[in-house]
Amino acid sequence: MIARCKTAILVLFVIVTTVMAYASELRFCLRSEPKTFNPIMVDDDAAETIRYLTGGVLLRVNRQTQALQPELATNWKVSKDGRTITFVLREGLYFSDGSPFTAEDVASTVQQLMDPAVHSSTGDSFRSGQGKVVTTILAGNRIAITFPAPVAGLDRLFDQVAIMSARSSKKEMAVLGPYYVADHKPGSYIMLKRNDNYWKRDGSGRKLPKIDVIWLDIQSNRDIETLRFKRGEIQLINSIDADYYERLSSSMPGALHDSGPSLDSEQIWFNQVAKAPLPAYKLAWFRSQAFRRGVSEAINREDLARVVFGDHARPAMGPISPANRLWFNAKLQPVHYNPSGAIARLQQDGFHLQNGILLDRDGHAVEFSIITNSGNKYRERMATMIQQDLLKIGVKVNVVTLDFPSLIERITEKFNYEAALLGLVNNELDPNAQMNVWLSSGDNHQWNPRQKSPETAWEADIDQLMRAQASAVTLKDRKRSMDRVQDIVAEQVPFIYLVNKNALSAISTTIQGTAPVSLRPQTYWNLEQWTLANGTTGSGK
Amino acid sequence: MKYLRIFAIALLSMVAITSLGAGFLTTVDYATQFREAPNAAPSNAHWLGTDQLGRDRFARILYGTRVSLLLAPAAALISTLFAALIGGVAGFVGGAWQRWATMLIDLVLSLPWLFLLITVRALLPLNVPPLISVIVTFLLLGMLGWAASARVMCAWAGAVRNSDFVLQARATGVRGCRLAIVHVLPNLKPLLAAQFWISIPVFILAEANLGILGLGVAEPLPSWGSLLRELEDLAIYSGELWKLVPLVLLILVVSSFELLLSRTEVSA
Amino acid sequence: MSILRRIARLILTMIATVLLGTLVTGLLVRLAPGFDVDARQLDSRLAHESKEALRDQRLKNADIMHFCIAYLGAAATGDFGESLTLNRPVRELIVERFPTTLRIVGLGLVGGWLLAVTFAFSSVLLHRAAYDAATATISGALLCVPSAVMALLFVLFRAPAQLAIALIVFPRLFRYARNVLESSYSMPHIITARAKGLGMVRVLCWHVIPVSAAPLLALAGVSVSVALGAAVPVEALCGIPGIGQLAWQAAMGRDLPLLITSTVLVTLVTLTANAISDLVTCSLSSSRV
Repeated sequence: MIARCKTAILVLFVIVTTVMAYASELRFCLRSEPKTFNPIMVDDDAAETIRYLTGGVLLRVNRQTQALQPELATNWKVSKDGRTITFVLREGLYFSDGSPFTAEDVASTVQQLMDPAVHSSTGDSFRSGQGKVVTTILAGNRIAITFPAPVAGLDRLFDQVAIMSARSSKKEMAVLGPYYVADHKPGSYIMLKRNDNYWKRDGSGRKLPKIDVIWLDIQSNRDIETLRFKRGEIQLINSIDADYYERLSSSMPGALHDSGPSLDSEQIWFNQVAKAPLPAYKLAWFRSQAFRRGVSEAINREDLARVVFGDHARPAMGPISPANRLWFNAKLQPVHYNPSGAIARLQQDGFHLQNGILLDRDGHAVEFSIITNSGNKYRERMATMIQQDLLKIGVKVNVVTLDFPSLIERITEKFNYEAALLGLVNNELDPNAQMNVWLSSGDNHQWNPRQKSPETAWEADIDQLMRAQASAVTLKDRKRSMDRVQDIVAEQVPFIYLVNKNALSAISTTIQGTAPVSLRPQTYWNLEQWTLANGTTGSGK
Repeated sequence: MKYLRIFAIALLSMVAITSLGAGFLTTVDYATQFREAPNAAPSNAHWLGTDQLGRDRFARILYGTRVSLLLAPAAALISTLFAALIGGVAGFVGGAWQRWATMLIDLVLSLPWLFLLITVRALLPLNVPPLISVIVTFLLLGMLGWAASARVMCAWAGAVRNSDFVLQARATGVRGCRLAIVHVLPNLKPLLAAQFWISIPVFILAEANLGILGLGVAEPLPSWGSLLRELEDLAIYSGELWKLVPLVLLILVVSSFELLLSRTEVSA
Repeated sequence: MSILRRIARLILTMIATVLLGTLVTGLLVRLAPGFDVDARQLDSRLAHESKEALRDQRLKNADIMHFCIAYLGAAATGDFGESLTLNRPVRELIVERFPTTLRIVGLGLVGGWLLAVTFAFSSVLLHRAAYDAATATISGALLCVPSAVMALLFVLFRAPAQLAIALIVFPRLFRYARNVLESSYSMPHIITARAKGLGMVRVLCWHVIPVSAAPLLALAGVSVSVALGAAVPVEALCGIPGIGQLAWQAAMGRDLPLLITSTVLVTLVTLTANAISDLVTCSLSSSRV
């Protein structure tokens, strides 16, 4: 009798522990190996994902409302001169390894970030001028950080700064976010486990996060990622290609989400560098505003959005996507497909059609090449469609796909190219992040970078406007400057903007609490709130 | 065997004729994009449907055959010649020549020739005519694809040189060139045939991969390699089987080449 | 020549080939465009100084002779440098991934050879036109399938990657093996043996195989490098963390230390395989005579 009771208790114990051992698990893929776990040095997408899920930040941009909300800081204030920001920190918090969170940790993180020897995009976003950054710990668990020069949009930049412990022996692996890195098999997967010291609770007071384990598999092949999602091996594709969206939506209704236009754009630009190894007549074409506008009007953007992206994209109007509600210039007019208008515009500059071939004023047939990076089939298809569009106005286009390093060398160093088709990936709403693109002295002023002084009047205007918005005090002034920049870009067309792609994602219907948006990260921005339906597990390895 | 051989010749001739006469068989251009009907199923207007940009697949197969069917065998011939010259001759001569040739072949097998291809692309002008680009591509493939079979050829030539009947021939006074051409070369022919036959599909597929580096056939010119890349689309696994036509055609053509090249039976 | 002397000469040749291979690889990578660029240069948030620092880091290796000599010197002590794209010591990366590739390539080769030998021998023994046509079509079909599609099919059917390598390697091996055997069968002295009434299997074992041994062994040596070559697309496309995937990422990122190390590794494996096949051939032929 006693033996039977003991057996029953043992069996019950095994059952209960087995059930408890079935922690809720989520699994999705990273497209590459993260290059670092140090949140200060994050430069690639995979590392950014890990930082988002493990790092605790002082302030967080709510991806849904686009508003700034308190996280580790309960309150903050930016000084009138835009140089100092003061945070009131939450008290009684601990890192994942148990070490306490104090103002020293914030000071130490900021000092490491602003170290001149450190080169990272997060740190460089704060670098507005020469000089040291001063951190002052104040009474009442407050800290003031003073920068040598005003930083535009200072508070929003702290969304990228994950606080590291100053004292912990685990260094960057001790975190304040909802998860911590528990296991890492290089090339294969990263396992995140819930951080029991995470301070956030949901509305009913329950501790977050609700999902216990996250498996991040490293899978660069998108076909295979889609296959695995279809099979249920992974529950999430953060950013799914337009091709697969249609393919899956018939068989998995409710799992696919189109969150509208993202911040990203695809564009073409012509090489306008004076010392480029191009024939002089070609350089003259590319420097002609009429030529650029004519080519822009001859491209059928509606077809691009429809055929290449299956209508999951919208014709783009300028450097700022309509998804960026605050900064988008709503008065901009879209560029309509108008081949006859394009020819009329080109004729203004001496171009003329002869036997179906467009010739310039000296009789050279208009022919140029567009380079783009191989491996991106959407860009290859867009280039092929543009080739056909421009053939209708007598322009011969050669499409050349190159490997990425060769492409970068051509557009940043050797300038031995004619036109390039690339995309701009925007992670930030604030246009100040694009300073290097719009300043004529900038490295990313793609059509003619690193100018000693602006070579055209309109580039000088843009320089002045960008500097004005960087140092402007009110948001209204900044917006006015940025609207004018967008107007100039629409007139002069240094970039021919093609489309703004929609943010597409795939989320298994077994997950509850999701709210996909168009800002990165599109799906897992609120992962700590998610639950798996019926307490089901994700499939384990 | 005889009937199979006739079938092979008939198939290859038909493929060659239809590709040369592509203009008569279809009125549609391979580059025209029917943007209202991308990824369409087969219909009267488009016998094999359209691709992602709305281009007629049948027209693209016909025109693509010209490029691939002409140039891949030419590149295969070049690589076979290289293998025969370097591997065969070194193996036949033997001694130090064979050792040096073996070392060269091993080196060629191990090096990342990808970078040479990238450099060649950088040296070519961006506006190179598509035909030149294609010819350069297949020339490069031919000049780089011989190493594996050269090594086998080297060993085989050496084995043949040491075999009984060649020893006999040498004993009767046959030397040098005559020995090579009359006694050794005929025995190398099956290996050369194998090399040639394997190279054709390998080069057709490699041409598509070279597109990653900017070499290969430029848009909108079709090639079998680029047509086969459509198979990477998951759609065919849900029933769009007409996309398999280029693959089936390639298999038939390659098998026909093999049938033609295989040795005649020696009836004992 | 004594076996020891032969081995010594082989080792010297291997060392010379590896040294030459290192230098040529370095030159090829250095001369190819994109050597000193980094994808992060397109990130508009990075300051000018950071971009210059990225470039300088790459240009440290610009003097290729210097780099190769320093690399070889350090390699002798086991230090293979640090990867520019993954920010980790190259040695760690290789040690982590080598077993995976070894397993996939090894098993794939064994599978490929089993298939090739089975089909080649049966084809030669049976001498049936229909069988020949069928095997030709199957091996031809396998050659025509692009590696990306092969990888996708394998993931679709949850088949192991080793089988993919076996199916990629098999048609090449089969064709050569079959032709070598067929060719040996038609040699004058073998025809004589057959005419004298010797059985098929006896002819095969005593007369055909010894003659075909040399090229078949050479083929075995070469098949190792063919399989290694096949491992690159299969690993890259199936997401298997092996040397092949590493080498592809290194090539796309112009990661010089990683590229040179993986080339040296591939060269060593190729040379070893070929050296072994040469040695076996020599000992067989010497024992025969």
